[in-house]
Amino acid sequence: MKRARVAYAGAIHSAVPHPRGLQLADGRVCAENEVVWLPPIEPQTVFALGLNYAAHAKELKFGDQAEPLVFLKGPNSVLGHRGVTRRPDGVRMMHYECELAVVMGRTAHHVERAQAMNHVAGYMIANDYAVRDYLENYYRPNLRAKNRDAATVLGPWFVDAADVPDPGHLALRTYVNGELRQEGTTADMITDIATLIEYLSAFMTLSPGDVILTGTPEGVSNVVCGDTVVCEIEGLGRLQNTIVSDAAFGLPPTQEPNHAH
Amino acid sequence: MRIPLLFDYQVHLLDEAQPRTVNKVALQALLAAGTHLRPPVRGTVYATLLNDQDSVAALGDATQQPPYQAPPKAPILYIKPGNTFRGHGSAVSVPDTVPALLIGASLGLVIGQTACRVTAQTADQYIAGYTIVADLCVPHDQFFRPAVRANARDGFCVMGPAVVARALVADPDGLEMAIRVDGTPVFHESTARCVRNVAQLLCDVSEFMTLNPGDVLTLGVPHAVPLAHPGQAIEIDMAGLPTLAFGLVGESGPRRAS
Repeated sequence: MKRARVAYAGAIHSAVPHPRGLQLADGRVCAENEVVWLPPIEPQTVFALGLNYAAHAKELKFGDQAEPLVFLKGPNSVLGHRGVTRRPDGVRMMHYECELAVVMGRTAHHVERAQAMNHVAGYMIANDYAVRDYLENYYRPNLRAKNRDAATVLGPWFVDAADVPDPGHLALRTYVNGELRQEGTTADMITDIATLIEYLSAFMTLSPGDVILTGTPEGVSNVVCGDTVVCEIEGLGRLQNTIVSDAAFGLPPTQEPNHAH
Repeated sequence: MRIPLLFDYQVHLLDEAQPRTVNKVALQALLAAGTHLRPPVRGTVYATLLNDQDSVAALGDATQQPPYQAPPKAPILYIKPGNTFRGHGSAVSVPDTVPALLIGASLGLVIGQTACRVTAQTADQYIAGYTIVADLCVPHDQFFRPAVRANARDGFCVMGPAVVARALVADPDGLEMAIRVDGTPVFHESTARCVRNVAQLLCDVSEFMTLNPGDVLTLGVPHAVPLAHPGQAIEIDMAGLPTLAFGLVGESGPRRAS
């Protein structure tokens, strides 16, 4: 089953897919653009994986890793389908990252790989933007580059684990203004979902509602204001987002380009 | 959870669903009775790395070498997730593979109003109050990669006992702090040694991410905080705030100090 969380006519609703868009739990049918799409769940702890696809790690010129590169994200970063994400004026490289988001359904502590998938409630698409200009080499990727407001898009749907029989073989694609820019498969993850759950739960307790963003394949590229970015994962849907400028947020134009550091 | 304006002290009793506000007399009675508490807030905890002049100085030329290449520029933060939260009087479990933990005492800024791109001049209006944060970690000497395995273990963020209203903390940038282990003073420092003071930190952080009511931003752990071992009792004092106390226990039961 696929479920969305949307705002419509003054209230927040649960909704399911419908031939004309989506159907609210109270029976009303709406077109996709008539509702405000919220993140399908309100995540607890959000984990993100860096460099978890070999070709992407090579793309960014990183070698083999001793252990998974894990970082955490705050709730300020989360955004729903069809939302807008701000690109700071003057930055040189802000890119999308299409990722499979794994939602935990059961508490996990010292869970072995063989049992790990029993702890997964379901999946979402994530588009986890990065502003590379702001990367610094302390706890990299640092939050200024990776935890910006509304820069982690989730949805459109929460898809039950039962409906995703093989999360280890899903095609991922990103389109910018309709042009295919990123393509990969979850089969190319360096550390797969079950192993990630085993790794994390070996040193901390995972709880229902925790989300693991499992990393992105090669093919990241710069996006600019006005771009429409669609991330697609086989069986999970299409997650759309639009890039907007500082001006939309009442910020004055920046004259000086913000140099990478 | 939401504390837009706090006059006294916010605490969260173990058997209550929501935090409550108490006055100084009631707080002192609770603490004198040895009451254990939950963390006084449950928002997101953002901890600040290297916001201490001595910590940056200790890195020395290394900041110019790989992997760092340059000194830190914007605030460097890390998240202490929900599984790390513990309250006053807790016993924190230390993994059997770890001989000792670093006791990262820090002042916690508790956000009262949504803070997005605030100026240093107005920053204090967004702070509901302050709490003590014991930001525990497994010692690690590299800051290149996010040290989630060192920082985010269960129980590694002890907070409290209370959120103290902003109006009751006259000078958050000049707070004396002390750490006692088994009753013996082992560490002393002042928040005056920070690279960014309270207002500047909130200004610079809220430039790139929004903080919400109930979130905590730590001012950062001073340089060379002490280690403590399973079996030891820790107390953190900050001038004007109630003392935060907790213990360390071995994962497979109490261990003697080594």
